[in-house]
Amino acid sequence: MRKGLAGQRLVAVFIAGMLLLNYPVLSLFDRPLVVFGLPLLHVYLFSVWLGLIGVVAWIVERGAR
Amino acid sequence: MLPGWLIIGASFAYLLLLFAVAYFGDRRADAGRSIIDNPWVFSLSLAVYCTAWTYFGSVGRAASGGPWFLPTYLGPTLGLTLAWLVVLKMIRIARSYRVTSIADFVASRYGKSHLLGGLVTLIAVVGIVPYIALQLKAISSGYALLIGEHDSLFRIESQAGWWQDGTLYIALTLAAFTVLFGTRHLDTTERHEGMVAAIAFESVVKLLAFLAVGIYVTYWLYDGFGDLYARAAAVPELHNLLAFDGAGRLGYGGWFAHVLLAMLSIIFLPRQFQIAVVENVNEQHLRRATWVFPAYLLAINIFVIPVAIGGLLHFGRGTVDPDTFVLTLPLAHDQAALALLVFIGGLSAATGMVIVEAIALSTMVCNDLVMPMLLRSRRLDLARERDLTGLLLGIRRGAIVGLLLLGYLYFRLAGEAYALVSIGLISFAAVAQFAPVVIGGMYWRGGTREGALAGLLAGFAVWVYTLLLPSFAKSGWLDPAFLEQGAFGLGWLVPERLFGLTGLDNISHALFWSLVANIGSYVAVSMMRAPTGAEATQAALFVDVFRRGDAPPASFWRTGAEAGELLPLVARFLGQRRTEEAFGAYARSHGLQDASQLKSDPELVHFAETLLAGAIGGASARVMVSTVVQEEPLGLGEVMDILDEASQVRAYSHKLEEKSRALEAATAELRAANVRLQELDRLKDDFMSSVTHELRTPLTSIRALSEMMLDDPEIDVEDRQRFLGIIVSETVRLSRLVNQVLDMAKIESGHAEWHNTDIDLCELVQHSADATLQLFRDRGAELHLHLPASAPSLRADHDRLLQVMINLLSNAAKFVPAGSGRVDVTLRCEGGSARVDVKDNGPGIEPAQQPVVFEKFRQGGDERSRPQGTGLGLPISRQIVEHFGGRLWLESVPGEGATFSFELPLASAAAHE
Repeated sequence: MRKGLAGQRLVAVFIAGMLLLNYPVLSLFDRPLVVFGLPLLHVYLFSVWLGLIGVVAWIVERGAR
Repeated sequence: MLPGWLIIGASFAYLLLLFAVAYFGDRRADAGRSIIDNPWVFSLSLAVYCTAWTYFGSVGRAASGGPWFLPTYLGPTLGLTLAWLVVLKMIRIARSYRVTSIADFVASRYGKSHLLGGLVTLIAVVGIVPYIALQLKAISSGYALLIGEHDSLFRIESQAGWWQDGTLYIALTLAAFTVLFGTRHLDTTERHEGMVAAIAFESVVKLLAFLAVGIYVTYWLYDGFGDLYARAAAVPELHNLLAFDGAGRLGYGGWFAHVLLAMLSIIFLPRQFQIAVVENVNEQHLRRATWVFPAYLLAINIFVIPVAIGGLLHFGRGTVDPDTFVLTLPLAHDQAALALLVFIGGLSAATGMVIVEAIALSTMVCNDLVMPMLLRSRRLDLARERDLTGLLLGIRRGAIVGLLLLGYLYFRLAGEAYALVSIGLISFAAVAQFAPVVIGGMYWRGGTREGALAGLLAGFAVWVYTLLLPSFAKSGWLDPAFLEQGAFGLGWLVPERLFGLTGLDNISHALFWSLVANIGSYVAVSMMRAPTGAEATQAALFVDVFRRGDAPPASFWRTGAEAGELLPLVARFLGQRRTEEAFGAYARSHGLQDASQLKSDPELVHFAETLLAGAIGGASARVMVSTVVQEEPLGLGEVMDILDEASQVRAYSHKLEEKSRALEAATAELRAANVRLQELDRLKDDFMSSVTHELRTPLTSIRALSEMMLDDPEIDVEDRQRFLGIIVSETVRLSRLVNQVLDMAKIESGHAEWHNTDIDLCELVQHSADATLQLFRDRGAELHLHLPASAPSLRADHDRLLQVMINLLSNAAKFVPAGSGRVDVTLRCEGGSARVDVKDNGPGIEPAQQPVVFEKFRQGGDERSRPQGTGLGLPISRQIVEHFGGRLWLESVPGEGATFSFELPLASAAAHE
């Protein structure tokens, strides 16, 4: 798996994560909007975080089969 | 308010529970049914990352900066996605070469250098001890809050002496616990199964405790997330919690730097290295940890902002320290039991960190600081026979107690100072200095010992200057002017605005400059020289760890020691029983009965060194083994040969290619030689048949005439005279032929004798004309000489050149038409060479025939008109002219006569002698 598909996917997730959780993408969500009664920025940060964990879990557990 | 005995009792009960878990873990490990051989336990034990600093401090950071507590957790999430690439390699390296700490890792990688190991240890201790102090402070202030030593704003009022200070006893208790589980015995792998089990248990406790207070605040005190956020939105001074950079001082660059910092610290903090790399039982566990550990971090942070908002709503800003909200909120609502649970959770976070950190640091201090010094002081040599396991354990236990006391001392000295409360990120920045040398060492072969030293020193120095000293200054231990004016009053040396760099917070600023200095020095100094043999050896082992498989690199010790010497050596450090077990297992795995049958070979030496490395570190192990093994120094070339299989194979195939090319060339030469031999053979046959043919013709006539005279005695005297005249002339012709053949053979074989003298070419031409005068008269031909007044002399064999001239003239005489023949001989000396042309007005020679006349026994003209001759004159002439460095050629137009010319260099003729 090290050099296989899963490894490449993990690197891709890493790059996507760095992109989504940093400037400038992050700045797009820094505005005083409210979603479900919560500030947009907080919802964005936690959902991207959760999304990353989900994708990584999918990749590594799939590869474990 | 809670009574002190209850808190202390609960704390001790909790520690006893931990002890039980750890004991159970060790028992199961001894029984071979490890409870930590499980990806969930591994993932939970990684959560030792969450210390009391994050347990209490996250809420504090959220209360002042909104989402700014998050980079500390987002970094590890991102970093772990790469763990399967980076950490797996570290695990494999650590497993293969018994690396037991990050100092050992760096020291081993750069040629088993004691100096490097010591430096890494030093940086780690300087960076981590204040961090330990922070944990002690968290427990201490938590305890003070619970027993009510505070005013209405929860400010702690106690100012007891050190002997009454509970923190000291906490530190000592933790030291005792760590000693019990970290150094019960010496293990070659430096694994502590019981301790890991306890850490995983603690992770569960702190998560549950934090979730409990989070749920209590969010759903009990308030009405869920929406309610809290709505209330926060209604208070203007809480708006900065909801925006990205409410505090307005860090910016996106700072955000990125914090993410990067946390990403590095998840690998390079000594406790994380200990848990993730050293304590790892099965590298497949890492796979699940890449998502379970981030999920844990997410879970423990969900309620951070709600608790921060709740605390700020309840107490208002600027009254109660937000770091204590998780305790003070339940206390303010008289939820003493919940507060106690939260305190236990904080105790979990603090003890987990302190235990693992102390074990990791004590291993480093023992293996990379104390042991090298002891080895150097030669005291061990005096006590060679003594069992050293006790000494090793003693050093480690001493180091653990010492580290915790140092932490306590720092806590007492620093108190509430800035230098303590901000130490979390400062520590992260210190261990981030390990990143270039470790990551560079795993992927780049060119790193050298000096490069690593320079990089670490430069990074550490910048870290001290830009983070540690300013934190001292802010605590009032240094002149605060230092912060404003820089060292020596130099403006560009202001520690938090180095070279005038602004726009970054102090952590990002320090991280940037220290990593620039670190990476720059590491790379630049490394590239100043090629790695030595030892460095290249280790570089190949580390970089190619995946390619090497499980085959031991057996060839680095070239001579074996006596097996009988190795076992006692290892036993001195590991204890007799364990050593015998290990050697016995090794012997069985090699198909032998027991250790006494082991033969000493490089592989066994390597095995012993690896065993020792686990106990005393790679660098010291090499020194110890070399005391019984005489290591022949390996040259760089040899090491590269041994190691770099790829290059070896490449070299082989290169050699093969070269050889096959050489073979091809040789074959071609042989084929050419064969062709030439066959040609020569054919020429020889031709020559023989020509010679015999030429000999037979005169012999036949001689024989015929002689027989006639023999058979008929009555022959006329006149006829007899005529016959005898023919016989004589045929005999002359025969002897001339034989002479010429011999001549030819001599010249061709290089055995001819040359009698060089200074020759006047005018005289030579004149001489030849005189010699052939009768011939021309007989044919009725004219001979005209065109000679210059004088000619430079030429050094050559006079008779031979005369032979050439006479040959050319007689040939010309033979071919000119009878009665009207004319032959012109011209001599010219120009451009360093002399040229003679012999021009006749004969029938000329067909272009196709022109090269043929220079071949042996080939005469010009057709068979009938062919005049008398041996057919060797021209070939011999050409050989003679070429011997003197000249050339002989023919120009002819059929019907207009032929010109034979030869040219001789004036200068080089002499040199040819």
